[in-house]
Amino acid sequence: MDFNASLFIQYLIIGVASGALIALIALGYTLVYGIVELINFAHGEVFMMGAFLALTVVGLAGLNADSSWSSIVGVALLTLAAAMLFSALINAGIDRIAYRRLRNAPRLAPLIAAIGFSFILQNIGIYWLGANPVTAPTLLPNEYRAFNVLTEWFGLDTRIRLRLLDIGVIGITVPLLAFLTWFVYRTRTGKAMRAVAQDREAAALMGIDINRTITTAFLLGGALAGAAGMIALFYNNAARFQMGFRYGLFAFTAAVLGGIGNLSGAVLGGLLIGVVWALSDGFMKEYIPAWGAQWTPAVIFGVLVIVMVFKPSGLLGEQTADKV
Amino acid sequence: MPMLEIRNLNTYYGHIHALKGISLDVEQGEIVTLIGSNGAGKSTALKTVSGLLSPRTGTVSLNGRPIGGMAAHKVAGLGVAQSPEGRRIFPRMTVRENLEMGAFARGKPDPADMERVFDLFPRLRERVAQKAGTMSGGEQQMLAIGRALMARPTLLLLDEPSMGLSPILVETIFGIIRDINAQGTTVLLVEQNALMALAVANRGYVIQTGKIVLTDAAAGLMRNEMVRKAYLGEE
Repeated sequence: MDFNASLFIQYLIIGVASGALIALIALGYTLVYGIVELINFAHGEVFMMGAFLALTVVGLAGLNADSSWSSIVGVALLTLAAAMLFSALINAGIDRIAYRRLRNAPRLAPLIAAIGFSFILQNIGIYWLGANPVTAPTLLPNEYRAFNVLTEWFGLDTRIRLRLLDIGVIGITVPLLAFLTWFVYRTRTGKAMRAVAQDREAAALMGIDINRTITTAFLLGGALAGAAGMIALFYNNAARFQMGFRYGLFAFTAAVLGGIGNLSGAVLGGLLIGVVWALSDGFMKEYIPAWGAQWTPAVIFGVLVIVMVFKPSGLLGEQTADKV
Repeated sequence: MPMLEIRNLNTYYGHIHALKGISLDVEQGEIVTLIGSNGAGKSTALKTVSGLLSPRTGTVSLNGRPIGGMAAHKVAGLGVAQSPEGRRIFPRMTVRENLEMGAFARGKPDPADMERVFDLFPRLRERVAQKAGTMSGGEQQMLAIGRALMARPTLLLLDEPSMGLSPILVETIFGIIRDINAQGTTVLLVEQNALMALAVANRGYVIQTGKIVLTDAAAGLMRNEMVRKAYLGEE
């Protein structure tokens, strides 16, 4: 059977879109791990809370697919900001209430607290929007359109069809990733975060307020999760109280795959998982009839196992790599 | 009033009673050294001053202001800078970023301060864009001291600046400590290398198992028989 290049590119773009989404969540795991060495198991639920808030805000604004473009963009930006702020405050709040008190406790204590908060947030989710999936209004056109870019610009024979939705996801994610990189590497607070991640006591001797810096990391990670929540809501056209589990698990896997604590690693891991996800969900079926989406988690974790066997610190998790 | 005044300080490391009621003064403009063998409590004393450890009882005052038990980042904000034992530079940051972090408590790093550090340690100027963790031990020690100087401290705490360095480099570092002091920075120096420490210091304290057992002018300590036997390696 011939290799279908246009189909492959289409799935690749879908993969990059969902991978970018996973990367946003994975960054939250990796930021927090880099600075306090805690796997924040409540992070998936912080993401879910962002999706729920976005759904509520859009519902209040009364938008639907027939609304004008300008009002859709305006409300979308407002919703994005609200979801980011909401998730940031929840994430930092959990740290303030629980993790900070357990900073010098054995590792297991904050881990169990994180799992506890994950269940608490799920229950808040059930109370908020019920136990069944809630659908979101279709704001971005969901149908495929032919963009014969390759044909028109490069004279290639490969025709690709895209969804505006996938391009929208990539369009929101890339600026957020750029902002985060700028923040961590160029700003005073960002540099303080890296210093705390590398040597907490030495950072305190420099005059860096450790607790405030850790709070910043939780705020940043939470904000990215909130943005991802809103994106996932419109990407899947639905939200459910359990949505944080699957996304959280994939994002955590992405963070470990890339080398936990490493920012570029989280993005690389996210993109890799997104692409594997999309190819396994759709592309493989074209060649292996028995293949289906039910195999996707097995493939993703198979990739994780293989990488871990050959590179236990993750793809970019080297000693010289920057932890935050 | 001494710049730094420590009275009857008791500090614990978990259950270990590390400082057993020590008292110590550092006057403005002095170099004071605290000498003693490994585990005597020298580093514990510095960490209690800089706020990394809290005293159980006793007082630490900086220019008359109590700072015992204050958070480390607040003590740093009062003009106390520490070059910690084992250097503790930020390994995955560049030399320049490390120096910038040294000025964190003051706000923006002053380019003139950085120039001064580069004049003291020309080697750091050559390595300015290098990741600090990839440098040699001696270069890292220079960076740790330079980073502390970026805070333009009124009181500089140096913990074992000679550790792991070649004899020539030790000479260089101690020469620079003298220069820094001549430029107006008060220094509290903790050292196992008692000979070098006493050579640059005005006064010294000898600490044994958490207690100050002896104090005198540096020249007096160098002549003291107990010090000569225990710390200067004479028979």
